[in-house]
Amino acid sequence: MTGLFSEVFLGALLFGAVTAAVPLLLAGLGEQLSEKAGVLNIGIEGMMLAGAYLGFLGAFYSGSLWLGFLTGAAGGIAVALIMALLCVRIGLNQIVIGIALTLGLEGLTALLHHFQFSRSYPRLPAADATVIPLLSDIPVVGPAFFKHHLIVYLAVALVFAMGYLYRRTQLGLNLQAAGDKPAALDVAGIDVIRTRTIAVLTTGALAGLGGAYLANVGAGLFIPFITNGAGFLGIVLAMLARGRPVWVLFGALLFGVCLSLTTAMQVAGINIPTDIIQMLPFLAVMIMLVLFGRRASLPAALGIAYERGAR
Amino acid sequence: MPADKRDIVALEGVTKRFPGIVANDGIDLSIRPGEVHVLLGENGAGKSTLIGMLSGLQQPDEGRILVDGKPTPITSPRHALALGIGTVFQHMMLVPTLTVAENLLLGGPWWQRPRTEELEARVAEITRSLGISVKLHAKVSELSLGEQQQVEILRAMVRNSRLLILDESTSMLTPKGIEELGALMRRLVGQGLAIVFITHKLKEAAAFGDRISVLKLGRKVGEIPPERFRTLSEQEIISEIVELMFGKQKDDPEAAERPTRTVRADAGPLLQVADLAVAPTENAPGLSSISFDIRPGEILGIAGIDGNGQKQLAEALAGQRAATGGSVRLEGTAIEALSVGERRRRGLRYLTDDRLGEGTVGAFPVSINFFLKQVGASPFWRGGVEQRAEIDRRAAQLVREYDVRTPSLKTPVARLSGGNIQKVLIARELAEGARAVIFNKPTYGLDLANTLASRQRIRDTAARGLAVLLISTDLEELLSMCDRIAVIANGSLVGTVANADDARTKVGRLMIGLAA
Ligand SMILES: Nc1ncnc2c1ncn2[C@@H]1O[C@H](COP(=O)(O)OP(=O)(O)OP(=O)(O)O)[C@@H](O)[C@H]1O
Ligand SMILES: [Mg+2]
Repeated sequence: MTGLFSEVFLGALLFGAVTAAVPLLLAGLGEQLSEKAGVLNIGIEGMMLAGAYLGFLGAFYSGSLWLGFLTGAAGGIAVALIMALLCVRIGLNQIVIGIALTLGLEGLTALLHHFQFSRSYPRLPAADATVIPLLSDIPVVGPAFFKHHLIVYLAVALVFAMGYLYRRTQLGLNLQAAGDKPAALDVAGIDVIRTRTIAVLTTGALAGLGGAYLANVGAGLFIPFITNGAGFLGIVLAMLARGRPVWVLFGALLFGVCLSLTTAMQVAGINIPTDIIQMLPFLAVMIMLVLFGRRASLPAALGIAYERGAR
Repeated sequence: MPADKRDIVALEGVTKRFPGIVANDGIDLSIRPGEVHVLLGENGAGKSTLIGMLSGLQQPDEGRILVDGKPTPITSPRHALALGIGTVFQHMMLVPTLTVAENLLLGGPWWQRPRTEELEARVAEITRSLGISVKLHAKVSELSLGEQQQVEILRAMVRNSRLLILDESTSMLTPKGIEELGALMRRLVGQGLAIVFITHKLKEAAAFGDRISVLKLGRKVGEIPPERFRTLSEQEIISEIVELMFGKQKDDPEAAERPTRTVRADAGPLLQVADLAVAPTENAPGLSSISFDIRPGEILGIAGIDGNGQKQLAEALAGQRAATGGSVRLEGTAIEALSVGERRRRGLRYLTDDRLGEGTVGAFPVSINFFLKQVGASPFWRGGVEQRAEIDRRAAQLVREYDVRTPSLKTPVARLSGGNIQKVLIARELAEGARAVIFNKPTYGLDLANTLASRQRIRDTAARGLAVLLISTDLEELLSMCDRIAVIANGSLVGTVANADDARTKVGRLMIGLAA
């Protein structure tokens, strides 16, 4: 109990929070993108798992984290491709397919991992951090926020890039139209199916990347079901963020703190049953939903397949 | 019919089928530069379906479309735009969450930044010649339907089409707006554009057209070519059209007869509104001190240019919009604090002008849409269970009574033609227990026969002793039905006149801001 409020403890807590937040951030940004375009992507958990599994394999065999991120993103895209084909092109129910993909990928990755490694869980070497000069010297905050792998800074930069995309570009307009009134986009001469497909595939890439980070940097290994609901948290974040990427960032950090606190309290050996501690992040979800859920505004055509000329 | 060299677009034997219906049946049509080709036909005749094929939304099942004399399947809306075919669709095609400017920019190359400055300059140029003003930076959801229609016309203009298609684009405009659009069409065809113009108002057809084609039940039943059109007077054209459409002769079917109903002067008011106020939003006017009484059997008209608070008034009365002050009494009881549902139960009904948005649930069958506002209530629901048989029985009755053209009771309501959706709404609102009814543009988009029938239905409603508030931008309609007409401008009533011989001038003067 003594160390609970020490500088070291606080630093570790925040560092852990950022590490835990990054996959949520990437998933949330991805989900936000596809929801904006009108596709409810429940398969994102599956995409993250595919990313975690393939990302781990890529890094494990090549020895390069970056290659791992690449294969992770590719894994996410592969799953997203199925989603795009079935839900966007053919127009099947997005919720049903999303759940099927998630369940399918949970089973598949666990099975493949078992085949390959049986019951062993090989570890990757710790990721090397990009230390930001000066800023990282600030006590507590410095080591917590400015000593991360380069991809973390890129993910944060992505938040602002997405904000710019949504507000200032033609593509942003197209995405919003695809989600709010696809027919209007179609008669303006933009292919709705293509727009939504691009959105879903990008979501897949982001979710895959998030999964790869989770496995390779966050945990340093792959175990079955490693995402443990991170994709679903991403969905919650996207819903609460009302189309604004910065809110996804804030939400991800908040959840990140909760997740990190869970680990920290267990490590610190505080005398609370672990079951209760582990409920913390989900409690936070509930509280956020109760507080802000009413204000969540979703695109009008979310979840509805578009078919030209159908009324 | 062999295609003519002068046609920029021609249809040859085009057929389109939907489950249970042949929407277009072997249609030939020639569209030429320098001509306004008016397409007429009753609700469900297949006009919009035809437009859907010209704009790349639908493919014909049989027949072909020729562009500049060459058979050209129009494969997508993008293709249609590239061919120079610009369409203003019957149902709004704007993204409600984007601004007007963003909507106009939609469709640009995705890698570009939206070119707002360029657009602004272009829009300023066009609006000046159109004589309209458009709030470029307002969100579309905050505009009235009339304003949205103007935006859509503007969008078609911005695109520089060589064939401009207007599917009922005058339905929401004011008389002045219609005149201006007519003048614009004449100017455009003067410059060599081709225009296809769909309307239900025969006077517009006669005034702005060069060539008229009439559709009936998916078939083309007649055409008046320009050579003949020019030799006929307006009256002759109208009676010829009426004969083609309905097979009966009548001079001016829409001619306004003033109502002969008499309202009992001693009856107390049924609907009383006093000092009703609604706060304005950024782009919509509020309401201030609206007061009026309507007695049983009386029809009070609200005239005015669209977007002056009509929608706010209707919604505030129905309880869908929070009032900031004033009182509303129905049969003497204050109802301003009651919920939408409770007001409805007490007999206050509201027929919205937003048929597809708030009026109906598009994917639900016609039968359920009749009873949307009674979901959960007996006899259609018992103990939370839908009573299919009862619903269907009653729905079938309403379909017959209101002449709703639908393949079946199970058809999703959005599949019906615009006019038939409106009939479903009217039928629903006039159902049992109505005491006072607010009609917001009840006949827009209805064909002549249905317009007349609906007006008669509204008159009958009043004759049964109900109070009727009739909001319309169509002055003829108000003059033909109301006992009194109030004029709304900028959210307040600027005057009320009795519907006597001089009502037309008086209302007109009030509308342009002069005292009656
Ligand atoms: N996508 C569709 N699916 C099924 N039926 C359709 C579809 N589109 C149109 N229809 C049917 O085709 C017929 C013609 O409809 P259409 O919209 O072309 O009529 P319209 O002449 O434009 O009528 P209105 O004046 O009421 O707008 C209607 O019976 C309609 O129910
Ligand atoms: Mg139509």
